[in-house]
Amino acid sequence: MSVGLISLIVLGLAALGFFLGRQKALSSVKGDARLLHSLPSYYGWSVALFTAVPAMLVMIVWLFVQPTLLETQVASTIPAENIAASGNISLVMADVRRIADGLDLVAARAGLDEAGIDALRADFSDLRGRLAEVGVALGANVDGAILAAAKEYRTYSNSLRLGMSVVVLLAALIGAGFAWMRISPDLRARNLVEQFTMALLIGCSLIAVATTAGIIASLVFETWHFFQLYPAKDFFFSLTWNPQFRGGSDLGLWPLVWGTMYVSFISLVVAVPIGLMAAIYLSEYASPRMRATAKPLLEILAGIPSIVYGLFALVTVGPLLRDWIAGPLGLGNSSSSVMTAGLVMGIMLIPYVSSLSDDIINAVPQAMRDGSFGLGATQSETVKRVVIPAALPGIVGAILLAASRAIGETMIVVMGAGAAAQLSLNPFEAMTTVTVKIVSQLTGDTEFASPETLVAFALGLTLFCITLALNVLALVIVRKYREQYE
Amino acid sequence: MTDASLNPAAPKSLLTADARTRNRRAAEMRFRMIGLSAVLLGLVALVFLMVSILGNGVGAFRQTFVEIPVMLDPAALDKSGNRDVEQMKKVTTVGYGKLIEKALGAELVARNIDTQGLTSKDIMGLMSKEAPADLRNQVLANPDLLGQTITFNGFATSRVDGFFKGRVTMDSALRDSNISPEQLTVAQAMADAGLIEVKFNLSFLTAPDASELRPEAAGLGVAILGSAYMMLIVLALSLPIGVASSIYLEELAPKNKWTDMIEVNIANLAAVPAIVYGILALALFINFAGLPQSAPIVGGLVLTLMTLPTIIIATRAALKAVPPSIRDAALGVGASRMQAIFHHVLPLAMPGILTGTILGLARALGESAPLLLIGMVAFVKDYPAAPPEGLMQPATALPVQVYQWTQRSDPAFVERASGAIIVLLVFLLIMNAVAIILRRRFERRW
Repeated sequence: MSVGLISLIVLGLAALGFFLGRQKALSSVKGDARLLHSLPSYYGWSVALFTAVPAMLVMIVWLFVQPTLLETQVASTIPAENIAASGNISLVMADVRRIADGLDLVAARAGLDEAGIDALRADFSDLRGRLAEVGVALGANVDGAILAAAKEYRTYSNSLRLGMSVVVLLAALIGAGFAWMRISPDLRARNLVEQFTMALLIGCSLIAVATTAGIIASLVFETWHFFQLYPAKDFFFSLTWNPQFRGGSDLGLWPLVWGTMYVSFISLVVAVPIGLMAAIYLSEYASPRMRATAKPLLEILAGIPSIVYGLFALVTVGPLLRDWIAGPLGLGNSSSSVMTAGLVMGIMLIPYVSSLSDDIINAVPQAMRDGSFGLGATQSETVKRVVIPAALPGIVGAILLAASRAIGETMIVVMGAGAAAQLSLNPFEAMTTVTVKIVSQLTGDTEFASPETLVAFALGLTLFCITLALNVLALVIVRKYREQYE
Repeated sequence: MTDASLNPAAPKSLLTADARTRNRRAAEMRFRMIGLSAVLLGLVALVFLMVSILGNGVGAFRQTFVEIPVMLDPAALDKSGNRDVEQMKKVTTVGYGKLIEKALGAELVARNIDTQGLTSKDIMGLMSKEAPADLRNQVLANPDLLGQTITFNGFATSRVDGFFKGRVTMDSALRDSNISPEQLTVAQAMADAGLIEVKFNLSFLTAPDASELRPEAAGLGVAILGSAYMMLIVLALSLPIGVASSIYLEELAPKNKWTDMIEVNIANLAAVPAIVYGILALALFINFAGLPQSAPIVGGLVLTLMTLPTIIIATRAALKAVPPSIRDAALGVGASRMQAIFHHVLPLAMPGILTGTILGLARALGESAPLLLIGMVAFVKDYPAAPPEGLMQPATALPVQVYQWTQRSDPAFVERASGAIIVLLVFLLIMNAVAIILRRRFERRW
């Protein structure tokens, strides 16, 4: 039975349990629900939960354990010389799995029964051809021992599957029976169900923690792996980035960090003045009507996916800058450049800076403005000498948040900044960033266990640490600032 | 001596401004203008972005078609003569190509169009390489067509298409190995005769991706389906999980350092770069759990993790907006805390929660960076099956399809990428509009 079918059956049993439980509770008090401790449906729920939850847990655990069990069992039947021939037990097992899956397909396609599969022999029945027919391509002819292992794998996995169905259904039935037997007018069914709900709610809120833990664990684990293959000293102190297909690469962090910082800097140079001035205008000068139209329009910029900005950089801004500025000035002839990516990213960041600063400027107490006006200051003098200094910590926080966005942004730089890792000051030259290299190293064809691929995890960890530090700093600053006026 | 006598100039009238006041007023005006121009600059950028995308992309919805009558010769297409589809499959697209080539030549002669000394192969070069496959599929789907003369509507190549849309000119054709000016002259003559027409192209929305050489046939079908599958997964997982954890954190959790930690955690997760989620998905779902690459299930899971913080933050705000009197009243008539929450607070917070969820989904729909890392950049030509099996089969997503098309060399793909962006933006617009309507219609002020 497939996993989906088993789950359906378990859910059906749970639904049945709900009605039976409710029925029993009601009949135990001869239909007078007032004599029950809880509302009747809570009794139903208690049976349904006892049916479904233990059974599902058993199934999940089983699904996790099954592959390991299967591997060890089958691996023990493979003769040592086969393992030595391919050099690695996991490669042999991958072959075994592929052949086993292929046999399933052959059986389904050709209508072979189990005896027919058993009769297949590696030397006679042209197994490779038959497997190729169903889309399982093999590098070489199938070895007898491997075929035997694949057959073993099939029978064993079938029996495990069957075992799982039996155990899961049994767990469901036992749970249902147990809960059903317990039902009596005095059973505190509501408390039971609510305790369970509470556990579920807590479990759900732990998913966020688990995500963070997963991010950190996967990054740290693979980075550690990387540093075993590639010296950490070179990664942190080398000034060249030059990955090679056959090893011997230079994987220095600095060209990428330089590109990232340069692009982010340009984007902030664009976004901060525009965003800040727009926020000041909208909160201090604009009429309510203008504010009501302009603010949502600016915020559209934040809602547009970054792939749209990426295309904009690639198709419009890049060629424009090349033909009108970089070309005539002799600064370069590449349409993807730090300037392109920075400008477009700056446009994307305008609303981040403007809405956060707007909130913060609005939080400055009116009394401070009134005091300034009372001394005869003009509106702009009030803004420059009173409002901005008072709001400064919050504005710095907003800028830091925007910077963290800029550093972590991927699509715009992938499509707009280019792929050449270099340390150059010319903003019209193509440079590359940490995020671009994460994408290119992980989507390439290199083997996963090579330093050229694993370096992406080290880059990811670097990125994660930088953005986390910026965010925490920004949050602390903003929180401090809020307290000041509350 | 008084102070006044130190200043020989007579006190001026208050009605005329002195130099200092004028300076201050000018500075005020300047400051104001700078602020206004900053707002306008932002809006101009928005307009420029939209115009550029729309201008590049609208063309993708219209395509150049060659419309000719084709006689489906049974002798060439069904050698066994018994209309058996399995037998007819033996005739490859080459056979159909020859048929179209002949029909095209005959039609040009019939319409008296000067072929400029081009061979029939060059004339055939005006048609897409996809056209024979199209015809073959039509015939195999309906074998009764054999022997009839049908009006066949085939794609023209991307160069001819570009010529009618103004992307390709006679000058550029001189330097292009894929098309010659003579071919374009013939194409123009065919258009004058009504054989070539530019019209709405539905297959851009329904067809799967096509290879590098035939941009005219590439469509968004698989990408839209893949995105829809992922959105289903995101909705099915992130809404219940997000609501459950917000209820716990907002309504039930004791205030201690553990719940504080969870809250800080969620705030930070919302700011983790998207690409880092991609790394997580690669390490956890693909390498560790062994889920298939480029499958919607993996994309859906990673987008769920990314959307969760957004939904949690929105849901908590919605729960917070329900006044405590509602809870107190429920508790007062004997409800348990759970009953008060699930029977009273949650239904009242539902519009806010749904609005937040839709906005989170819209964000997830446009996300592409994590999907690149889980292999969704693969070239996928087959539609995934219906769920649940389809969730494990390779698919692409709308934003990733855009990225993929921009990586190809043929300029016709840029038009298609922009067209795909328009489709994506339309979906986003609809989702945001629904969210705004929900908020306007159901939001309650207490």
